[in-house]
Amino acid sequence: MIELFQQYYAYWFIVLAMLLGLYGILFKRNLVKQLIGLNMFQVAVILFYVATAVKPDGDVPVIDPEVGAVAAAYMNPLLHTLMLTAIVVSVGTMGVAFALIITIYRRYGTLDEVELLERMK
Amino acid sequence: MTEHIVVLIPLTFLLAALLAPLFGAWRDRAAYWVVLAATFVVACLSLYGLWHVAIEGAVRYTMGGWPSSVGIEYVLDPLSAFFCAVISVIAFVVLVHARKVTPRELPGKEIPYYSVVGLLLAGLSGIVVTGDIFNLFVFLEISSMSSYALVAMGDKRAPVAAFRYLILGTVGASFYLIGVAFLLFETGTLNMADMGRALPLMLDDPNVILGLALILLGLGIKMALFPLHGWLPDAYTYTASPSSALIAPMGTKIAAYGVIRIAFFVFSADYVSRQLPYADLIAWLSAAGIIFGSIMAIAQKELKRLLAYSSVAQIGYIGLGIGLANPLGLIGALLHVLNHALMKSLLFLVAANLRAKVGHSDITKLDASLRKKMPWSMFGFTIGALSMIGIPPTAGFFSTWYLALGAIDKGAWVFVAVLVVSSLLNAVYFFRVIEKIYLRSPDAVDKVEEDEQAPRRLLGTAEVGWSMLAPVLVLAVAIFVAGFLNAWIVETFLRGMVPL
Repeated sequence: MIELFQQYYAYWFIVLAMLLGLYGILFKRNLVKQLIGLNMFQVAVILFYVATAVKPDGDVPVIDPEVGAVAAAYMNPLLHTLMLTAIVVSVGTMGVAFALIITIYRRYGTLDEVELLERMK
Repeated sequence: MTEHIVVLIPLTFLLAALLAPLFGAWRDRAAYWVVLAATFVVACLSLYGLWHVAIEGAVRYTMGGWPSSVGIEYVLDPLSAFFCAVISVIAFVVLVHARKVTPRELPGKEIPYYSVVGLLLAGLSGIVVTGDIFNLFVFLEISSMSSYALVAMGDKRAPVAAFRYLILGTVGASFYLIGVAFLLFETGTLNMADMGRALPLMLDDPNVILGLALILLGLGIKMALFPLHGWLPDAYTYTASPSSALIAPMGTKIAAYGVIRIAFFVFSADYVSRQLPYADLIAWLSAAGIIFGSIMAIAQKELKRLLAYSSVAQIGYIGLGIGLANPLGLIGALLHVLNHALMKSLLFLVAANLRAKVGHSDITKLDASLRKKMPWSMFGFTIGALSMIGIPPTAGFFSTWYLALGAIDKGAWVFVAVLVVSSLLNAVYFFRVIEKIYLRSPDAVDKVEEDEQAPRRLLGTAEVGWSMLAPVLVLAVAIFVAGFLNAWIVETFLRGMVPL
């Protein structure tokens, strides 16, 4: 049990962050808090990718002439590059989401979901 | 030259999205014409591509000349060419209609609106042509983000609907991304074709099984598969009319494309239906969605909301075809992608015409005066409704027919029953509207008013202008054409797409 935790502890924290994010999305009434949950969820996914790129004693993925092109000696750069794109996507989503939140607040004067439903009628 | 079609399809839309604001700064209306011209060009390209691919087979394009194992590969095969053609042709028809509607519904916002429409179409067509599973995620998010923006540009409640759509859509995309991670670790590649070759060796691996489940869950949210459809009705109802006519026929179907591509091409029909229960699960959820969406549609008083719930039901048809995982079922699903795109855009365009001329699309207030005021729009609506119910020889009948054949082929009689019941429920909610517009006599006040305007009425001046009428009629005719030519469409194009 302890071994399982020690070996994969990064993943346990990622799963925890993911669940916290989902909790925020599902159970928080305030739209900004829902958005925080959403962002936690996205960041957890990004961390998941990055965590899997790690290799024991891996180095920065720039070929070192002394080591040579040995794949095992470097971190996996592909996952980092993919996540650069994913981060851009998540920033874009956040931008759209905040623009929506501002519009909602200007129109209804509240960000509480229950109150919002009241005022929408 | 031909291989460049693949990449020109999304890039033309992207270019139009960038050029629209620039041209808009020069002349307000120019933004519209830029996007319309781009859509026309892409429609021609994809129709040519569809023809070319049907004869000569798939076209591959490697970005920047990097081999597909390292770089990103774009592929135009029969399936993607078909979706490209549906997207661009329907988008062109809807945009022709949008010329008069957008300035009225979204005054002063036309330039950003058309730019976002360009982005949406770039995203949708990108999803379809990419041969890279991570690139699909990027395009999925481009199209989703533009959908959120388009949904938010509507009536007062639209931003709230858009926000809900955003939360659910992003969660769906994140699930998809985790699923991709699992498949990437196991196969070491992101290219769909390479992944498809590597996967058969590791089908029992729990990571692969979990990865596929997460991908299907993510795409299921985007597809509004019951019970993950919560975002859809509000989003389609509150947005501006051109957006609902653009997003409703394509948005959810693109996710269905993702499911087809990954379940049947990257994985195999045998794997998702026999080794794992995923296909059955999709079929049962879709069947529940068909019934639920139809019943909810009966309860609606507002035409756009009715159509939105009907979309939940109709995506169920496509999901059912996917879930049957046999050739006939899949042909039915693909044919329904085309038919539903025609019907749903037609019906949403008529709802837009009603809003433009009558000022609302509240079913309870419709009456028979409309038959005289807007005879052609109402004719279009009737054709669309008959096709939704599935009355031959309209297109809707034939896709339902193939789905039913697929269900019989599989011995799944429950699904045949579901399809029949759904047709009946469709008849209930569409005849409710048709009865109002043809039979319900307008009340006395309206009659007096009408008699004064009798000469005008006879001339039919209350009908909408040609730019809003022509798309409706073209789609109405297309429903019949697609119905009569269904055997040719299936034999020439769809057979080649089914990987079974």
